[in-house]
This record gives sequence, structure tokens and C-alpha cells, in this order.
Amino acid sequence: MKVRVKMFAVLRERGGIPELDLELPEGATVAAAMEEAGKRIGAIVDLLPRTAAAVNMFYVKPTVLLQDGDELALIPPVSGG
Amino acid sequence: MEQNGDRVELRDDPLDIAAAIEFASDPKGGAVAVFLGTTRAEIDSRGRELVALDYEAYREMAEAQMRRLADEARKSWKILRLALLHRVGRVNVKEPSVLVAVSTPHRADAFAACKFLIDQLKAEATIWKKEVWADGSSTWVDGHGG
Repeated sequence: MKVRVKMFAVLRERGGIPELDLELPEGATVAAAMEEAGKRIGAIVDLLPRTAAAVNMFYVKPTVLLQDGDELALIPPVSGG
Repeated sequence: MEQNGDRVELRDDPLDIAAAIEFASDPKGGAVAVFLGTTRAEIDSRGRELVALDYEAYREMAEAQMRRLADEARKSWKILRLALLHRVGRVNVKEPSVLVAVSTPHRADAFAACKFLIDQLKAEATIWKKEVWADGSSTWVDGHGG
């Protein structure tokens, strides 16, 4: 299945790209997708332990299962305001 | 955009404070509480001066979050009109990056709703700021720096 990964702020800048598409096995979790993104973009690996995730614009836990076509956002600590 | 009569949006241009207060004002209101978050001048440990903050957002999610916060506030307090605006892009020292304006019949609800909205926005909304220093360098703010 295909999942689109979006990256923001320090992750986007470090990785050098705002998004990438991952091909993942059925039943892959958010955590697995994040690990795969880290393999593809080595420059973000050390940031991932402090990165939250949102699927289709809602925060989710790393154990959540992804589905084909999902949009997974990698969210560094927010600092609005 | 406006939903339930609320004005909730991310903006690329300077926030129009007077227009937002006018929007939030209501004939049935006895109070309009307004909060502005502004870029604070700083000097870091190396003596560099901060000149601005650059804001980035996951726009679609941040606006959806802000609309949900507005809906939550409406469930908790008797709100007449509500504006919740946040900047994207460069915000110079002293300029506002976020504006909350809430009108209610009585002031206690206006203060409470205003505080709820800014506190929750800062904790949840997918918005990030980068400090821009006088020497041209910049650093992402890591956490809820304010």
C-alpha cells in the first residue's frame, strides 16, 4: 500500500523535502512508517523519537495501523503562538 | 474562513487588529476579550539579537484544529462572536503573530474563553516558529517557547 508522508519545520528543512511516498506492507503501523522514512532520509533519524504523528490531519499513536492512501504527517514539537 | 459565524484562519499578511475586534463585537455583548501574541525581542547566549520569527504551518490541519477549538469554546462559554487568527511567514519584533478575540455578555466568560483558546492553540496546533537572528542565522524553536 502507498502512504504519503508530509514533513514540516525542522524535519522538512533537515530532510530537504516536504513529502515522500512510501510503499509499505499491508497492516503497517505509524511507527513502522516512521522507521521507513528514517531509512530513506537519514538526516531526520535523530529527530524521530521526539516527533509526533498525524494521520489524515488527526494526531495518532505510533501503534495505529495505516491504510492505503493515508496521509501521514511527521510533526516536530509545535511552537505556535 | 467563517464557520458558525466565527472567523478562524491562518494569514500570510499582517493581522488587522481593529478589523478583528470589530468582527468580534456584538450588540448583545458586554465584553470583548482580546489576546495578542507578539514577537519578543531576545538576545541569545552568544549576544545575537532576534529580529523576527518565521512561522510555518501544516495549514489544513492547523485550521481544522483551530475550528475545533472554537467549537469547544462555544460549548463551554456563552460566546457571541469569535475570531482566532494566526500568522504564517515573517513576524517582526513587536508585531502580533496570533490574535484571539471573544465577545460574551459578561467579562468572566470572555477572559476564560480567550485563555482557553490561546493555551490550547499553543499546545496542539501544527504551527512552528523559527527564530531569525540579526546575523542572518536562524533556529527552530523546540517546544512551546511562546
